[in-house]
Amino acid sequence: MTSLEAPTKQTTSAGQRPPVAMLAELTHRCPLQCPYCSNPTALSRRSDELSTGEWVDIFRQAAALGVLQIHLSGGEPTARTDLPELIAAARENGLYTNLITAGVLLTPEKIQTYKESGLDHLQLSIQDNEAANADRIANYKNGHTKKLAVAAWVREAGLPLTVNAVVHRQNLDHLEAIIDLAAGLGAHRLEIAHVQYYGWALRNRAALMPTADQVARANAAAATASETYRGRMVIDYVVPDYYARRPKRCMDGWGNQFFAITPRGLVLPCHAAETITGMTFSSLRDHTLDWIWRQDPAFQRFRGTDWMPEPCQSCEFRDRDLGGCRCQAFAITGDAAATDPVCALSPNHDLLVAMAEDSAASGAPNYQHRR
Amino acid sequence: MTVAEAITEESRPKLADFVRVEFDKARERWILQAPERVLVLDETGKEILDRATGAVTVSEIAARLAEEYDAPADVIQHDVLTVLRLLAEKNFLEIVDDQP
Ligand code: SF4
Ligand code: SF4
Repeated sequence: MTSLEAPTKQTTSAGQRPPVAMLAELTHRCPLQCPYCSNPTALSRRSDELSTGEWVDIFRQAAALGVLQIHLSGGEPTARTDLPELIAAARENGLYTNLITAGVLLTPEKIQTYKESGLDHLQLSIQDNEAANADRIANYKNGHTKKLAVAAWVREAGLPLTVNAVVHRQNLDHLEAIIDLAAGLGAHRLEIAHVQYYGWALRNRAALMPTADQVARANAAAATASETYRGRMVIDYVVPDYYARRPKRCMDGWGNQFFAITPRGLVLPCHAAETITGMTFSSLRDHTLDWIWRQDPAFQRFRGTDWMPEPCQSCEFRDRDLGGCRCQAFAITGDAAATDPVCALSPNHDLLVAMAEDSAASGAPNYQHRR
Repeated sequence: MTVAEAITEESRPKLADFVRVEFDKARERWILQAPERVLVLDETGKEILDRATGAVTVSEIAARLAEEYDAPADVIQHDVLTVLRLLAEKNFLEIVDDQP
C-alpha cells in the first residue's frame, strides 16, 4: 500500500490524523480462483455491491477527509462495467488512482479507456513465471499468456506498470525467474508479497507455507535482484513474517493511514479485518466516512498504543511495530488484542513457529481454490 | 547506466509523466504522488521539481536557486543533484539529452 516517506512519516500517537490511502474493493467477482485470495471466505453478492453513485460519493468524502491515493481492486475490478466512470470520479477528486487487476478481462481498448478516464497507474498480478504452474495456481486456462499481452498493452498505453507476484511454497523457488520476467515486461516496479495466512490462505496453509530454507534463499535472491535492477525497476519485497523474530508494522498502524471498503460498503481498518470474527464494522450506507474514521469503535479499538497488553506495553519497539498484525494475532491465538505471535517475545511465538514448520514439512500438494 | 548515474550538471531532468506534484490541502504541504508513494516536499524540493521540465539543465536550476536563496552555487548544485538522483533511483525521473 501507499507509503509516506521523509521528511514527515506519520506516527500513530495522534489518532485523528487524516488517512493517506484507501482500498476500494469494487466487487468480489473474479474469474480466477487463487488459493490465497485475500477476499473473505464468504463473498459479497453482486446484488449487494455499491452502485456507481454510491462509490462516486465515497470518493468525494475520501478526498475531503484527506485521502491522497486510491487503489481500485476486488475481486477483479475490471468486471465492473462502470470502471471508467469510477476512475474519472476518483481523478476528479484529485486522488492518485491505481488499478489492481489480474488482467485476464482486459483488452487494449479497455486499457486505453481507463487511461483516458485518468488512470495513473496499473498493477498487474502474476501467479508464476511458468505458464502451466501459474494457470494451475489461478485455476484459469491461458491466464498467464493473457497477462503477458496485457503488460505490453499497458506499456503501449503509456501507463506505468507494477507487477505483483504473490509467493508461496509452490512458486518461491522460481523467484529469480519471476523477477526477470517482470523486468522483461517493462515493469517500473515489482511487488513481491509472501502469502498472508488468513481467510483462504489459512485454509490452504499446509499447501502454501514455504520452508525456512526456501525463504532464506528467496530473501537473498530478492536482495541481489534489488541491486541488479537498481534504477531500472524498483523491487518492493515484503519479508514473510512467520520465520521472523519481530512483527511487521502492519498497515502502518490500525486506523492510522489506511482503510479498505468492501463491495457492499463496510469500512475496514485492514482488508483482512473481517477475519476477526466478533468485531463489527460500520457501513457507508449508514454512516459518513468522516464519522467512521474518527468515531467508529472498530477503528478506535487498536488505534495508537493504549490498547496494548504486555509485553508490548512496556516494550521499546512499541511505537516502531505497533504490536504487529491484529488479524494474525487473532488467527493464531483467537485473541485479536494479543501480541502478534510473530514476535519472539510473544508467549505464543513457539506455537506459531511449530505451525509454520509443520505446514511447510507436510508437503501437502493440494489446496482448495477460492470460489 | 541507470538514469541516476547518468545525471550530470548538464542533464535536463524531467519528471516522469505519471508523477504528480500537488498541494495536499488537508495537511497544507506540497507532495509528490507516484505509484504507492507519497513524498513530502520541502520548499527547495518543490522549487527544484517545478523546474524539472526537461527544458533547463541541472546547473541552470542550481544557479537560479542560488540566486533566489542567496546561497553558494556549489552547495546548491550538490543538493539539487542529490534530490534528482534520489528521484531517479525510484524511477520518477527522465533525462532529456542533446538539446540545443
Ligand atoms: S487473489 Fe486471485 S482470486 Fe483473489 S481477487 Fe485476486 S486474482 Fe482473483
Ligand atoms: S513485544 Fe510487542 S512491541 Fe515489543 S517487539 Fe514484540 S510485538 Fe513489538
